[in-house]
Order: sequence, then structure tokens, then C-alpha cells
Amino acid sequence: MSVLKTFKIGGVHPPECKYSAGEAIKALELPKQVTIPIAQSLGAPSKAVVAKGDEVKVGQLIAKGEAFISSNIHSSVSGKVLKLDEVLDQSGYRRPCIIINVDGDEWDENIDRSTELKKDITATKEEIIKKIQEMGIVGLGGATFPSHVKLMVPDGKKAEVLVINGVECEPYLTADHRLMLEMADEMVIGIQILMKGLDVKRAIVGVENNKPDVIEHLNNRVKDYPGIEVCALKVQYPQGGEKQLIDAAIGRQVPSGKLPIEVGAVVNNVGTAFAVYEAVQKNKPLIDRVVTVTGKNLKETGNFMVRIGTSVNELIEKVGGLPEDTAKVVSGGPMMGKALNSTDVPVVKGTSGILTFEEGEAKRVETTNCIRCAKCITVCPMGLEPVLIAQYAGNELYENVEAERAMDCIECGSCSYTCPAGQPLLDYIRLGKYKVGEIIRNRSKK
Amino acid sequence: MNLLTVSGSPHVHGGNSTKKIMFGVIYAMIPALLVSVYFFGLGAIKVTLVAVLACVFFEWVIQKYLIKGPSTIHDGSAIVSGILLAFNVPSNLPIWIIIIGALVTIGVAKMSFGGVGKNPFNPALVGRVFLLLSFPVQMTSWPKPAVLFSGLADAVTGPTALGHLKEEIGRGRTVTDVMENGTKMIVDGQEVLYEIPQYMDLFLGNMGGSLGEMSAIALVLGGIYMLFRKIISWHIPVTYIGSVVVFTGILWAIDPEAYVNPAFHLITGGLMLGAIFMATDMVSSPMSNKGQLIFGLGCGVLTVIIRVWGAYPEGVSFAILIMNAFVPLINNGLKPKRFGEVVKNG
Ligand code: SF4
Ligand code: SF4
Repeated sequence: MSVLKTFKIGGVHPPECKYSAGEAIKALELPKQVTIPIAQSLGAPSKAVVAKGDEVKVGQLIAKGEAFISSNIHSSVSGKVLKLDEVLDQSGYRRPCIIINVDGDEWDENIDRSTELKKDITATKEEIIKKIQEMGIVGLGGATFPSHVKLMVPDGKKAEVLVINGVECEPYLTADHRLMLEMADEMVIGIQILMKGLDVKRAIVGVENNKPDVIEHLNNRVKDYPGIEVCALKVQYPQGGEKQLIDAAIGRQVPSGKLPIEVGAVVNNVGTAFAVYEAVQKNKPLIDRVVTVTGKNLKETGNFMVRIGTSVNELIEKVGGLPEDTAKVVSGGPMMGKALNSTDVPVVKGTSGILTFEEGEAKRVETTNCIRCAKCITVCPMGLEPVLIAQYAGNELYENVEAERAMDCIECGSCSYTCPAGQPLLDYIRLGKYKVGEIIRNRSKK
Repeated sequence: MNLLTVSGSPHVHGGNSTKKIMFGVIYAMIPALLVSVYFFGLGAIKVTLVAVLACVFFEWVIQKYLIKGPSTIHDGSAIVSGILLAFNVPSNLPIWIIIIGALVTIGVAKMSFGGVGKNPFNPALVGRVFLLLSFPVQMTSWPKPAVLFSGLADAVTGPTALGHLKEEIGRGRTVTDVMENGTKMIVDGQEVLYEIPQYMDLFLGNMGGSLGEMSAIALVLGGIYMLFRKIISWHIPVTYIGSVVVFTGILWAIDPEAYVNPAFHLITGGLMLGAIFMATDMVSSPMSNKGQLIFGLGCGVLTVIIRVWGAYPEGVSFAILIMNAFVPLINNGLKPKRFGEVVKNG
């Protein structure tokens, strides 16, 4: 067997805990009400185009992204707009949301709801980009960057290869795993659409070799499609990081502060590729996604197709409710996910999983003196010195924080995960990055 | 509704801890400890026990009454310092001197800087060097190894192989002469013939010397265990030992009668102990791999310089302490390779 590829610097291997890997994707029943946040992607917030009392259909535009980096939002249900209000969302803050009371399941008539596979790509490059923007497609890997922006290669740069992220390197999460197994054809067509939109001849799907079923299945599937290859990668966190994945798959390192296009690459997640298929071939906006519900203390785990705006509560009810001993609920994976302060918050486009922790797991380890073991440095995939950045940030020496290239930090958490002294390194680094960000903004204002 | 904990990611921890690392080091020292007990009997047990208990006790007292912080003795680092101190002294060292050594090790070299992780120098080495300078006689009278439990009283004191050779070369004799003919010495009014132990004996630890520096093989075994557990990396031991071999090899090639061969340097004078257990102390060695290479090289070169031209026959302790002082400089000067630094597009 050939040596498996992976990224070159740092990395950790947390226990995988992929309990729900064998659970087929099930559609979650329609909720009675959905709460759809207006700002769901990176960039400028969208503007609501419906008002209280309006009747909406599934797939109808309800908020419009007006800036270049922003995205459209569509109703995920049919029914009546109850109100526009500030509601607690996953960020822990009150944010503008559109609340819709569900009534039936009436879809916008332009959406093709048949399950028939539509292989022929008739749309032109321009039409593809326009469609992706119109349908509100964003990166489903978690960063929720508007996908149409990624397809618009800046002048002077050239895209050479499309890298598809099927790594799912976060422990516990299996949404992408299931999607690649169950929707492989759609996904592969989605990849072709993205290739056409980018005008590239080559696409590489990166999958870690802890998913041999996926690798085999995809290899069978991509045979009929020229230019697409499946690349088995050695399991290593954070391989799903954009820069790490490009390094692993094509051996190019994106320079500090630059985007992947600098080395001719564009990265998209497998979920995004699927959504692109639906948008371009079926005219379907991004109104649902696969969410993994998992946790050591749950009776059952599963992967569900969930309408955007459904309460996290309903997902947890579906697997038997929140156990008494639950002490933490995380949206996303255990390494980079966000701890929720309430489960009464909506699923959004960026929600890849809901993960519960019981008390023992939720507690952080005790913090003791740093013993300068350099383990944090060894594991940092960006080649930084987390211990140093954290110390500078703790002492408010933000110039040093910047000089130590804190802005390169991808917040993967490998450093905190590894530290034998239980130092909350990433907490300090985040603080440092936040302050440096402010300083940089002020500098450019002058 | 349960109250949910909200904290920043990551939400899981790898489970490594200072305690696990320290106990890993302790396990790695067990082979060498057993060898010293085999050759020095009760003396070895006594010295080790006193050093460990004293180190733990001083750390506990200082933490409780002077620093007034939570106790840190459970992390095992004081035990490590205690054993390392014991490894660096003769097995017949009087108890009160050991206790003074422990006080310097823990009180001066470790706690005065703020405890575990904050000390710039290796605590056990500071303790050892303090004792060497303060009690030169007791610290350099080495009991000859007598096989297991043959009693403390019988132990005859003899010089260390390295110290002896250096002294005799200083008197103008050749290496071959000293090695093959031995040296007549007056011990307790009687003339005895002192012979440098055979290589095999040196290798296994059958020689006069400090407790833990005895058996190269036992120390290497511990080193392999620590490598396997990722407590140390290969960089320091390999460059340290490698540079000693190369440097002494060059000298030996120039004049084999004035300079002893590298193999002899390798298995005597606590080089293995220093390179595997002392120089690799994570607290007082550089962070980056590149830094560790420089550090190991520096230790090796300094060790040879001190051994060959310095006032002391064994240069390991001083070499490591001197290099400890350069660690902040090395850390500043040698940054790890950043992602994207070398853009190789292919
Ligand atoms: S991993 Fe923790 S203990 Fe080790 S150097 Fe980094 S911060 Fe210090
Ligand atoms: S969180 Fe940042 S500093 Fe820590 S390991 Fe990841 S990239 Fe490095």
C-alpha cells in the first residue's frame, strides 16, 4: 500500500467516537414553527423581504443578501410569518430572525422535487454562479462563506484545481460521511457543476481512510466522470482545515494571510457540492441540511435531514431527549464547535452536528504551570508557538501577539487539547487575535 | 432544564498531564535505579530514599508556608528531581549532605523561580554542582561497586574511571599505559593496584561513580521508553552523544595516547545520564526541534572541552547548566517552521 497523504506540520488524533456512522440519514418531521436567523453566512447580514402575516411557501425568498459577501435566505417551510424579532440564536445573543408558523408543506412550484438524477449540466458558467448565489448556497463545512464568491476568481489569479472536503476530521460528526454514502451521485454532479463554474479540469475529493466504505463507493462513482479523483488521506486532525487539506491533497502550502486561490486551489465541502447540485439541477434553495445528533450519554444517535430554523430541542427529542446528566451541548464538533447556552435555538446553515456531554466530559482539566514541554508547538498545524502567543496575550502585549503570527491561527484547538498542564491556550489566543484584529482595523483606517 | 456549561472550544482534552509525564520519567529511571542497587546495595537505596523524601518535603513546606499555594507535590516533579539528585551523587554520601542538596535543588533551583515549569536550570544539577563545590571530598570519594547487599562497610572507595584516567594523563602517562598496566595507589596505608574496569563492566555499570551514571544500557533502556511515550524527542540525546563521539573521535585520531577513545567517553562520566535524563528536562531545554539540536550540540562540545581541558574530569553537569542559560536565546532565535513558509508548488 502506498503511503497515505496528509498535511506536513503538526496535528493530533483525538478518539474518533463516530457512533452515528452507521445511521442512515432520516428526514426529521416538520416542526410546528421555525426560527430563521437573517444573518447565516459570513459577511453582511441579509435584509428581510417578508413582513408579519405574509404567507410563504417552501423555498420562497425571505431575506435578501445585498452586499457582495452575503447570502439569500429562503423559507424552509410553508405557513405564515408570525413575526420578525430578535431571538436567541446559537451565538448566545439575540439576533434578528424571521419566525414562521408551519402550515402544511407547500413548495414553490419552480422547485423540482423528483428524486430523479439529473446528470446533464446545461447551465453556463455564469448561470451556475448566479444560481448558486440566488439559492443562498454557503459553505456547509461550518464557515458558511457564500459559495458564489468562491467561484468568482479575482483578476490575475487562476483556479487550477477544485479540492472537495470530505474529510470530516472532527470526532463524533458523521453528517458528511452519510451524505457521501447516500448521495454520492448527486454530490459528484455537484462537483462537476462547481468545476464548470470555476473553469477547472481537475477535482480532488479528500477523504480520510477511516471511511473505507466512502472511499470505495466514491471510487466507483467517479469512474464515469472525467477529472474527478478520490484521495485517501491518513487520519489526522485538523485535516479539514482549508490550508491543511490543500497541503495534504496537492502538496501546496497557502502562504500566510492569503486565500487558497493563491496556489490555484478552491476548496468546497461535500455538503456544499450536494447543495449546489440541488440548486442548479433542481432549482432548490438551501433550506435543509444533514445534522448529526450524538453524544456518549445519548440513548440513540443519528443523522437527520433538518429544515433550517428547526429548534435544536426537536432534534434532541428525536433521539430520546436530553439526559439529566447533560452538562454541555455543543453545536459542531468537539474540537471547534460552539457550546450552546440553550437548546432552544434554531439549526442554521452552518450546523453540522449537535453533541452532548455529561458532567465529567464537560469539565475542563485543571490548569497548572506550563512545563515548557513544547507539545503545543509540535501539534500546531500552522507552525505557531501557542504557548508564546497565549503568554503575550495574557500580558496584553498585542504587538508581540501579532508578530508571532497569531492571525494565522485557525483555532483548531489542537494546542489546548494537547497541553499536559491544561493551559487554556486557545482562549488566550482568541483574545489576542480579537485585539490584534482591532489594531489592524484601526491601522487601516488611518 | 439543565444549566449548560458554556466555554470556548476545544471541548475535549487529550488526557495528558504533567503528572503522567513525570511518572513516565520515574518509570524510565527504574532500570538504572535497580542497577545501582545491585552494585551499591543499601547505600543506593538509602541515598535515593533520602533525596526523594527530602525533595518532596521541601517542596511541600515551601509551597504551603512560603508560597501559600495549593500543594504541587502530587505532580511527581519533586520525586523526579529527588531521584536525579541521587543519581548524581556517590552512594556513600552522608545523609545530611543529601538533605542540603535537596534543599538547594528544590528551594533554590526550583521553588524560588515559582515552582515546576519556571526554573531556568535543571534543579537536580544545580543541587549536584552546589554539593560538588561545597563538599568536594565527600562528593568525589566513590565506593567501588560490591555486588548486592554485601554491606556498606566493605565498600572500598576508588576513583571514577574517567577521573582517574584524566589524572594519570596529567602526570604524563599514556592512555595505553594507564589502561593496561593499571596504577599503584596507596589506600589506607596499603599499596593497591587500581585498574580501569573493562569496557563490558563500564557498559553494564560495574564501576565506581555516582549512583545513576553507572549502567549505560539501563539508561538507554529508560531513554527508549521515554522516546516511545513521547516524553522526550531524539534531538537532544542524539546530538549530545553524537557530538561527544565526533569531538573525542577527532582528538583520539590526532593522538590516541593523549586522548582516550570515544567509546570510553560514551560510557563513563555520566554522559548517558546527562544526555538522556538531564539535558532533556523539558523545562530547561529549548522548545523547537532546531533549538534542541543546537542545545545538544552545545552540551556535547562543552562536555568534551571540560573533560579534556577543564578542571573537572566530568563535564556533563557544567555543560548542561551552561547550555540551560542559553535556552531563552535559543528559543528566541529559532522559531519552528511556519505553515506556508516554504511554498513548494508542484
Ligand atoms: S503544551 Fe502546555 S505545558 Fe507544554 S509548552 Fe505548551 S503550554 Fe506549556
Ligand atoms: S488553535 Fe491555533 S495556535 Fe492552537 S494549534 Fe490550532 S492553529 Fe495552532
